[in-house]
Amino acid sequence: MSASSMSNWNRRSVLRAAMGLAAAGGLAACGGNNGRGGGSGSGANLVQYFHAYGENGVEAAVKKYAKAYKGANVSTQWITGSNFEQKLFAALLTDNAPDVFEFHPQIQLVKSGQVADLTDIISPVKSDFNQADITSHTVDGKIYGVRMIDDPQFFFYRPSMFEKAKVQVPTTLEELIEATKALTTSKVKGAYLGNDITPVQSPLIWSAGADTLTPDNKPAFNTDAVAAGLKQMRGLFTSGNLLLGAPTDWWDPSAFTQGLTAIQWCGMWAMPAMQQALGDDIGIFPFPKIGAAGKQSVINGGWSMFVNAKGKNVEAAKEYVKWLWIDQKQYQEDFATSYGFHIPPRTSLAESATKLKTGLPAEGVKLFNQFGHFDNIGWTQAMISSINDVIANSIRKDDDPKAQLAAAEKKVDAELKKLFG
Amino acid sequence: MSTTTTRKAASSAPAPAPKGRPRRRFSASPTANFWLFTGPFLIGLVIFVFVPIGWSIWLSFFEARFTVTPSEFVGFENYKSILTDVDFRNSLVTFTVFAAFIVPLTWAVSLGLALLVNRITIMRAFFRSAFFLPTAVSYVAASLIWKMSLFNGVRFGLANTVIGWFGVDNIAWLASPDPPWYWLVIVTVRLWLQSGFYMILFIAALQNIPKELYEAAAIDGAKPGWQTFRHITLPQLRATSTAVILLLLIAAYQAFDEFFNLLSKATWGQPPLVELYKMALGENQNYGVGSAGAVVLTLLICVVTLIQGKIMGFGRGEESK
Repeated sequence: MSASSMSNWNRRSVLRAAMGLAAAGGLAACGGNNGRGGGSGSGANLVQYFHAYGENGVEAAVKKYAKAYKGANVSTQWITGSNFEQKLFAALLTDNAPDVFEFHPQIQLVKSGQVADLTDIISPVKSDFNQADITSHTVDGKIYGVRMIDDPQFFFYRPSMFEKAKVQVPTTLEELIEATKALTTSKVKGAYLGNDITPVQSPLIWSAGADTLTPDNKPAFNTDAVAAGLKQMRGLFTSGNLLLGAPTDWWDPSAFTQGLTAIQWCGMWAMPAMQQALGDDIGIFPFPKIGAAGKQSVINGGWSMFVNAKGKNVEAAKEYVKWLWIDQKQYQEDFATSYGFHIPPRTSLAESATKLKTGLPAEGVKLFNQFGHFDNIGWTQAMISSINDVIANSIRKDDDPKAQLAAAEKKVDAELKKLFG
Repeated sequence: MSTTTTRKAASSAPAPAPKGRPRRRFSASPTANFWLFTGPFLIGLVIFVFVPIGWSIWLSFFEARFTVTPSEFVGFENYKSILTDVDFRNSLVTFTVFAAFIVPLTWAVSLGLALLVNRITIMRAFFRSAFFLPTAVSYVAASLIWKMSLFNGVRFGLANTVIGWFGVDNIAWLASPDPPWYWLVIVTVRLWLQSGFYMILFIAALQNIPKELYEAAAIDGAKPGWQTFRHITLPQLRATSTAVILLLLIAAYQAFDEFFNLLSKATWGQPPLVELYKMALGENQNYGVGSAGAVVLTLLICVVTLIQGKIMGFGRGEESK
């Protein structure tokens, strides 16, 4: 800086510059995306949080629905990354919390007063919802959250590869392990269960004849059959027949469509992408049974819409949720079947959705109805995390499954005591 | 820049007599200038550093699940909880292993690069820039490149392609703790990211070593190369080395991004910040225990820094050497 230029800076010019910057900042704020508003409606400004769906077109669809709503200005925060729940939980503690957000029914949200009671908007159409979904959103007779989609998850396989390796569709864990051995070649691995194996943790428990919690909210996963299943899974993990360290994780069909694996655990949402890549060379089967008392299982994941009870516009947010996820059935069907395949939780929509009536999607719906397990509102993120640790330590490390299950039971028990007393 | 120059210039060419109240310049009051320039940063420091630290200390004495404005005082219960937590204690072991790898390795690599770049005569600016560029890459982006392209477990990952040329089977670098290949991935990504920055510090230090020392050594018969490096260069770099090691150690304590992105849902290789993140901002949402852990970790960093400073003489004056 030259001496002369420095001499031009006095307090008055600094003040003028500061005022100019403040004015420019104000103008910029008027035109910028500040996370509020931006819709075409009038009235309140609402913010909704969505996790990033992998299927093309979903983000645009969600924003299109929001724009069509005239009762409020709805802006969408599309949260990318794999830690949506953590970002959501942190945001819910701040003044910038979303008014509306998608998540899974979990009782800690209810107990901490973070989600609003939506009984009044759901009650008139309650009978048209899948009753298992209604149950999974109900606490003390009040319904918290509207189910948007049900997402059954199962194994996808390549029938051509099965035929070549002379392998039958497995119905037991032993058969699955044998099948992965027969299907593994120098270029293709037998199966892919996700990079950290956690996607199959609940099916593993159910398939061994156990459950996450008892109906009266006690830990129910620490059984000999579950421990035996974990031991078998450790064998599968170290066999060299499992795809590990894939560039994309289990929820993305790329490992399967690129021919890296003959079997992949994934969700029904990926069916359109798989069909596009592999045509009819796709089959599905549930998680096989473990032990004599076990039963095949399918996890029915999905997403639900909640209203932030501590938000500034609770009533406006409820109105929006009612408009979109209860009244606008054409949007609900579009959301469930136009991008990935999901099962609409509304019975009338599930029955009329033509894309789910034939072929592989119809087979998915059949497995959903026959073997499906729904969300348990008492099974919280912290409890899920405890079972993540069991999977990491028993299957990926070589720790004793019984000891790991006992440790997880202790943690889950402590969590249940905090929630239910 | 010099205010003296300005005054001299003004006195040599008298300005016309000022009309009205004379204007005061910034340089008229050094104290005012000091506050004007440091004030905004100080305000930022107070709002974004001191207030959160204070709030964290306050939270650490309360039962604070799913809230950051709790009401139930629990005394030192959260401290007891975090200090008896096996995962937190394991995270300190993880840090120790990580620091044991990354601190000496980065020190050696960045010093080596500095010596190399300082010595070469052609394309010096290019090499400096090339080695420094990774510093501008975000840890998250670099971690994802390492995870998805270089060290993925499939046959077309770069590392697996290379070992495949020697007939070695694919390795799932991050899937399992046995063998602990994940350390190779974690250490190399951080080494790549931070060596360039410390190289610049060493280059600056190397350029400050008086040439007369080397000339005197040469006259005394010292051989160039290892002998002069050991007896002249290395001792002259002592102050910089101490600062570099201190910074590396603190950075190792603060390791988060690469561990979080490379080892999701693992129970091994979790440094303290990842454990605290899981405790407070993750599934548990326990801000009380998480804050207690943060306080413990802060104290630990202070103690280690002071001990390291004491041993290596950080901040000691030239006269005390």
